[in-house]
Amino acid sequence: MDKKTFWDKKLVSAALLASLVKLNPKTQVKNPVMFVTLAGAVIVTAGIIGKLPHVSGFEAQIALWLWFTILFANFAEAMAEGHGKARAESLRKARVEITARLLADGRETKVPASQLRKDNRVVCEAGDLIPGDGEVVEGIASVDESAITGESAPVIRESGGDRSAVTGGTKVLSDRIVIRITAEPGHSFVDRMIALIENAARQKTPNEIALSMVLAALTIVFILAVGSLKFFADYSAGAAGQDLSAIVTVPVLVSLLVCLIPTTIGGLLSAIGIAGMDRLVQRNVIAKSGRAVEAAGDIDVLMLDKTGTITFGNRMAAAFIPAPGVEERELAEAAQLASLADETPEGRSIVILAKTKFDLRAKELHPHEARFIPFSALTQFSGVELIGLESCPARKILKGAVAAIKAESSGFPPELDKAQADVSNSGGTPLAVSDNGRVLGIIHLKDIVKGGIKERFAQLRRMGIKTVMITGDNPLTAAAIAAEAGVDDFMAQATPESKLARIRAEQLAGRLVAMTGDGTNDAPALAQADVAVTMNTGTQAAREAGNMVDLDSNPTKLIEIVEIGKQLLMTRGSLTTFSISNDIAKYFAIIPAVFGALYAVKGGQGPLSALNVMRLASPQSAILSAVIFNALIIVALIPLALRGVKYKAVAAQTLLRRNMFIYGLGGLAAPFAGIKLLDMFITAAGLVR
Amino acid sequence: MNSQDAFQIFFYIVSLTLLALPLGSYLAATLEDKSRFQSRIFGPVERSIYRCCGINPGGQMNWKNYTASLLWFNFLGFLAVFLLQLFQHKLPLNPNNSGPVEPVLAFNTAVSFMTNTNWQAYAGETSLSYLTQMAGLAVQNFLSAATGVAVFAAMVRGLMGRKTSGIGNFWGDITRVTVRVLLPMSFCAALILAGQGVVQTFKPDSRVKTLEGVEQTIPLGPAASQIAIKQAGSNGGGFFNANSAHPLENPTPLSNFIEMLLLLLLPAACVFAYGKMAADKGQARILFSVMFAVWALGLAVSLYSEYSAASVTGGLGLMEGKETRFGIVNSVLWAASTTAASNGSVNAMHSSLSPLAGGAALFNIMLGEVIFGGVGAGMYGMLLFVLLTVFLCGLMVGRTPEYLGKKVEKREIQMVMAGILAPGAVILIGAALTCAVPAALASLSSKGPHGLSEILYAWSSASGNNGSAFAGLNANTSFYNIGLGIAMLIGRFAVIIPCLAIAGSMGVKSPSPPSAGTLPTDTATFGILLAAVIIIVGGLTFFPALSLGPVIEHLLMLKGVLF
Repeated sequence: MDKKTFWDKKLVSAALLASLVKLNPKTQVKNPVMFVTLAGAVIVTAGIIGKLPHVSGFEAQIALWLWFTILFANFAEAMAEGHGKARAESLRKARVEITARLLADGRETKVPASQLRKDNRVVCEAGDLIPGDGEVVEGIASVDESAITGESAPVIRESGGDRSAVTGGTKVLSDRIVIRITAEPGHSFVDRMIALIENAARQKTPNEIALSMVLAALTIVFILAVGSLKFFADYSAGAAGQDLSAIVTVPVLVSLLVCLIPTTIGGLLSAIGIAGMDRLVQRNVIAKSGRAVEAAGDIDVLMLDKTGTITFGNRMAAAFIPAPGVEERELAEAAQLASLADETPEGRSIVILAKTKFDLRAKELHPHEARFIPFSALTQFSGVELIGLESCPARKILKGAVAAIKAESSGFPPELDKAQADVSNSGGTPLAVSDNGRVLGIIHLKDIVKGGIKERFAQLRRMGIKTVMITGDNPLTAAAIAAEAGVDDFMAQATPESKLARIRAEQLAGRLVAMTGDGTNDAPALAQADVAVTMNTGTQAAREAGNMVDLDSNPTKLIEIVEIGKQLLMTRGSLTTFSISNDIAKYFAIIPAVFGALYAVKGGQGPLSALNVMRLASPQSAILSAVIFNALIIVALIPLALRGVKYKAVAAQTLLRRNMFIYGLGGLAAPFAGIKLLDMFITAAGLVR
Repeated sequence: MNSQDAFQIFFYIVSLTLLALPLGSYLAATLEDKSRFQSRIFGPVERSIYRCCGINPGGQMNWKNYTASLLWFNFLGFLAVFLLQLFQHKLPLNPNNSGPVEPVLAFNTAVSFMTNTNWQAYAGETSLSYLTQMAGLAVQNFLSAATGVAVFAAMVRGLMGRKTSGIGNFWGDITRVTVRVLLPMSFCAALILAGQGVVQTFKPDSRVKTLEGVEQTIPLGPAASQIAIKQAGSNGGGFFNANSAHPLENPTPLSNFIEMLLLLLLPAACVFAYGKMAADKGQARILFSVMFAVWALGLAVSLYSEYSAASVTGGLGLMEGKETRFGIVNSVLWAASTTAASNGSVNAMHSSLSPLAGGAALFNIMLGEVIFGGVGAGMYGMLLFVLLTVFLCGLMVGRTPEYLGKKVEKREIQMVMAGILAPGAVILIGAALTCAVPAALASLSSKGPHGLSEILYAWSSASGNNGSAFAGLNANTSFYNIGLGIAMLIGRFAVIIPCLAIAGSMGVKSPSPPSAGTLPTDTATFGILLAAVIIIVGGLTFFPALSLGPVIEHLLMLKGVLF
């Protein structure tokens, strides 16, 4: 989110309006801290009205800033809601206007998108908006999904495969696709997204409730501290034989109270929650509840499918191992020739490896000079037959399973037997290559671990999260890949039952388990896991079992979800600490301001003026500065609340020290500087006596 | 302060730590009932008690049953002390012919001893019979201390429990604590104290002619036995009105040292017992360090204040109200310890401390009596602060906060806040009320900020179940007897009940093993944060009140104005 969209003019003006609407006491009562502030503002304002036509400029300014404090808090919440809703609203609007090209009995009819039912088929061509959530059943197209994701680079959506899901409201940029609608009206992605954002505003998550409790309790403490102060002041005034009634007034006591109660975190609390949901939506993840997002931050164990997550889905050529007396280049050349017509990922990877290793360009072979031998389950090999010409003799190059090539060849070097065993033992697959019955060598095919994944797992380990790779491979292969990817543990030959048992075992040991999955056979394990992210491309059963759906179907997304969950709690904790630390400076501003003259001898300064460490100009200016600081700090922290405190994958201890330093000590120091500056400004502008 | 004073303080700290360590292990073994040595010695006595009362000490109670048993038991204790006072003139062992105690005062005294506060609105030597002192007060001295330890034990069991709702057996707990720990400890201490000259007799007060020829009454009684438990059980209710400043209650420097040691011994041992019971000495070490640091800070402020007062008064120090036998350092050391420990016994009048030293004593109590605190009570109060700190810090590392592997959630936080808030709320409301009631203000002996300190001290002492007095305040009026009585009840049970509720709700959770993502609670960082949370919560709550009391008084004293 860049600066421009963050303070978007339309968004801000809508939020400003909403912050007025939210003044409704019925809304405010849900937040005890802000409700007390509202009550304070009403009391001070009523006092001013009661004394009309005489108006004290000081009291009027106090009242004004108390109202601003509430409005700023409302504004924060409205901004958070606005960011989420803006996307949803534009989508909702777009969908109403979409006309769908319904395909029925081979004929196209135009119908409004809202009339589409599940399993209807619709056609979309370049420039069309996709009328509803669905799955591409025919064709391939580039789609602009920026309306949902904010990501402007187009994505490819094609039939059959991991990238078949499309979302209503997105735009087809090229080509033609046929889509099968998968959502009933009212259950589309947009509807769910809107519900999620609105729920975040209405329903509090468990941790948010607990924190609200602390804030409410602190508010009670401060009400008592300030309420009793009135009595202590009266006693002290009596004991000193002084009249303090000019300074120990209701507006001053209310000011002290509002400054002390945690308005900063109280005002930003719901904004933080909504923004957390919004960040999730930005990453194309729909959570069924806010609870799941919080739980994601607590994850101890992460269970990941090997295929597609840790490795690319397919095995790829990693090395050429030539037979004795054969050049590696010769083997590569032959292997490339044998694979030219092989359209499988493995075949393509051989061509690519030959190209990158020896710069061998893939030759164009014409049908009249070559005959391709397709792979069959019976022969277990494939290859090419070159028709003999003057320039080169006839050749029959084969590649395939070692046993199959052995049978076709005139002998197999024992060195290669050992090499192929090594390949198998390391979890790879050996392919033998022969040229006219002469065995040239072996191609080492293996699961290629995705780039950067090892660093990700290291990051998770620093966060205190253990990674477990799940795979159907045999233990040997699994161990090799696990070691290469740097996961902490693996489950080989995993079955739905063993996955479920593993999750249960981890949970019994008190750990919180997250899992990603997509297949129907994952459903029981997904249902058992504490946080289950299902791929949007996954089966319906899996999607229902999980508590989050990733629209991008990107299994490493879970890492980001964990970060969002942690960020959510961290932002709450940091701002709470900041808010409480602020109080110390406010005491040093207001207490000497109110009681500086107590026990003063003959117009001199009283003993408590020694506490005026900021050397604030006058009592009124000190109190007003504290109130203004208290209000402005909410606005200043809105961006932080919405973006979240930065999360770094380091040990908890380090994280705590860092946040304590920034928000604890920072919270202690910031108001001293801020209040002093405001005091200088107020004095210079002559706003109060 | 000279090197001899410094050495005294040092020697005190070392002796305390060295004695608390083995006592902690012993106490843990008592609470877990694991020591065969203990059961062999004390088993017969305990079994006969169980048989008499029909107790099954092994029967696990859930937190509600535990709380109910505790409340009934305490109520009956209250009733016994209350009735003994009302009818003492008709009962034996009343050689001084004390009359019946006024009902309002009797209520205050009964509540006071039942809640381990030992606030004394009465004067022991003139208004209570020996029977009331021995069968009423001394018994409650034992039982209220045992109650504190029982709650502490139950809370630890809850924190350590694995999916279980049982948090121990209340009757078994108090029996074991009383028989195995408190009685033997007090017996030994009483013998030593009697050896030092503390009186222990059933004879009536003796009348003597002084050198000036005036007749003086020397109060006597079975004091040594009661003073031992008064010190050890963080009770603090003196046999005589002057408490441990009275020569027959605290005759020699050695007796003074022993009594001071007993002040903090069991509370400190509870911390080490916690380490044993939680099978995690690191936790205990950090809690002990935090308590020690805050205690030392209070002591340092007090010493600074006393010596800066000395500079104002011309190098003499403020000796009015302090025992010349003990001097400033021992008076201040006692004051810092007795207020930290929720004990409340005194060897100098706190009203006579210099302003900030009095303020430090006051603040010690206001912190919630968790700086060592009462026997058991200090630890369960401290655990509330630990949970609050864990909650705030846990959020900052991006995980649902957890302590000892258990998540701290809504229910626990609700109880934590109630337990931390209640005593503070009572202090503020009570003190504000006092300022508004002219009759209550009439009890003050000094005006100005010192008067406000007297008010704050009385309510803090009651609510914190400390029991020491800032002297100077005449507390034997209906307003204070009833008001402070209620404050003591809230200060005691509004903390105990939340603690037991937390034990209940934590017990049923299953702990999760620690990882790099969990916040360790046995590190210096956590210790510093815990201390900060304790001081900040106390500071934010009481800063305005304190600034109008001890702070302003100190600033005035520096200008030469004394109250």
